Amino acid sequence: MTIYTLYIFDRNGTCRHYSEWNRKNQSGLSIDEECKLMYGMLSSLKSFVGRMSPVDQKESFHSYRTNKYKLHFYETPSGLQFVMTTDLNVGNITDILQQMYCNIYLEYVVKNPFCSREEAVKSELFKTKLDEYVRGLPIFATKLS
Amino acid sequence: MFDLNEMVMAQEVLVMPPYSGELFTLTYGALVSQLLKDYENDAEVNKQLDKMGYNIGIRLIEDFLARSNAGRCNDFRETADAIAKVGFKMFLGIVPVVTNWSASGDEFSLLLENNPLTDFVELPEGHSSLNYSNILCGVLRGALEMVEMEVAVWFVQDQLKGDNLTEIRLKFIKRL
Repeated sequence: MTIYTLYIFDRNGTCRHYSEWNRKNQSGLSIDEECKLMYGMLSSLKSFVGRMSPVDQKESFHSYRTNKYKLHFYETPSGLQFVMTTDLNVGNITDILQQMYCNIYLEYVVKNPFCSREEAVKSELFKTKLDEYVRGLPIFATKLS
Repeated sequence: MFDLNEMVMAQEVLVMPPYSGELFTLTYGALVSQLLKDYENDAEVNKQLDKMGYNIGIRLIEDFLARSNAGRCNDFRETADAIAKVGFKMFLGIVPVVTNWSASGDEFSLLLENNPLTDFVELPEGHSSLNYSNILCGVLRGALEMVEMEVAVWFVQDQLKGDNLTEIRLKFIKRL
């Protein structure tokens, strides 16, 4: 199991944070462009899966998978989105993304008065803590297949 | 199977660290009296308190969501209950009564029997238009805005002005 990338978007679609770990292929786009397209795809996907639901559904999707990777999606009621790509062996990690929100984003970004609410997070402390957290996860174990 | 780490974390997030309530009340008092000195005008102080509250609210909502693990509310009544029973309880340790619903269900009041912000406070003469706890209105407005609700919040009654209860009124304006 391994983790490739992490995106954090705010409710306005600004990418607040991006990091990558074992990403081997780049998309060939600038990171800004990539984030924009990622956010766009997720909002269309979110609204369309909701519209296509044959029964009432409160939540949208948790993840999608391709042949090569899996993308996990968690959105807070305040519109923050945590998006993580991993390999295919990873199960449901909503609780991991939720903990990332509660224990790291909340503590080191929301409660940090010097973190602006509009642009990418610059706090080094946040980045370090986030990196530590991700590297400590059992699903981070990089036994490359 | 229980993950001990997870359980400890869950406990940590639910229990407020033991800050002194008195220190909080006195700090707030010092803030208001400084504002009164700086602005010399009750209406302006109300406005500043509301603005400060708003800035607190837009951040506080994240703390609220993370610790309460609350999902989206289905209607304004659910929102009212969440504010009173979870929000006020979590941050101020009191549970206001939700009441006086308007017929259309878009307006309600929160009744506070004791407001921790005003524990040692007596309003001096000549400040009849000061809403001492106006910061609460700002907090509510800011927090609800972040979950896509625009509301108007104002004080109807205030124990500091001799009323029996403190009453805060919330009106739903629109979904953002």
